[in-house]
Amino acid sequence: MNYFDIIFCFFAVVTVVSAGIVVFSRNIIYSAFSLLFTFFGVAGLYVLLNADFIAVAQILIYVGGILVLLLFGVMLTNKVVSVDLKTGTMQTFPASVLTALLAGALCGIFYITDWRTVEQVRDIGTTTNSLGELFMTTYVLPFEVASVVLLVALVGAAVVARKEKSHHLSSTPR
Amino acid sequence: MHIGLVHFLIVSALLFSLGLYGVITRRNAVLVLMGIELILNSANINFIAFARYGGLQMDGQAIAVFVIVLAAAEAAIALAIVLNIYHRFHTVNVDDISKLKE
Repeated sequence: MNYFDIIFCFFAVVTVVSAGIVVFSRNIIYSAFSLLFTFFGVAGLYVLLNADFIAVAQILIYVGGILVLLLFGVMLTNKVVSVDLKTGTMQTFPASVLTALLAGALCGIFYITDWRTVEQVRDIGTTTNSLGELFMTTYVLPFEVASVVLLVALVGAAVVARKEKSHHLSSTPR
Repeated sequence: MHIGLVHFLIVSALLFSLGLYGVITRRNAVLVLMGIELILNSANINFIAFARYGGLQMDGQAIAVFVIVLAAAEAAIALAIVLNIYHRFHTVNVDDISKLKE
């Protein structure tokens, strides 16, 4: 066990346990805040995999953006003042059997497959530079398409989330 | 025991299964979205693990960036839809939302 293994075990346990709390907790606020630790754990795994830029992007986008958005969703769609934050579950038994079977099958397949791995990876230093070069050369078209998709999605989200009351008023003048 | 590709893949498999369990069992639409985020994260771990160990090099990380971008777009749109559903039906229980139009 060297330092890499110990740190991996720490982040793996943090990720899986907090993901379990997200899924199994009865209180949706606990789920939302436990998702924070899952995202941080995954970011730690990215750092261990030599993906420093993606780890920072994960923290910025997931923790700073998506999680805040989800928390807004939780706050706006639940009666926070009353005690209506508990959420029910359904089909617990078939779902647990199905997902346990799936997890077992996936882990078994991952374990018995003889992966062709590159054992000694050369030290590439920080990845931001090469990632940026890749986006400007090989992946320039997907990069531009992704930017347009993001713009359209955000404008669409703003339009969809707006209340329809103003639309009614403008269409039917009184 | 030395940590290698398999261990990262197993973590991602567990994360995927937990996310799928959340999507199947939870009634609250926001929690279903959280399950989807877990699934996307597990896919991303796979991409980056293969980028590190499978000789995929930077291409795997580039694809992971696209996954993060699409996850952000998906979360924004889905939450807008959930808010709209809440305004209309006064619930976010995915079982009760079975009509496109009232």
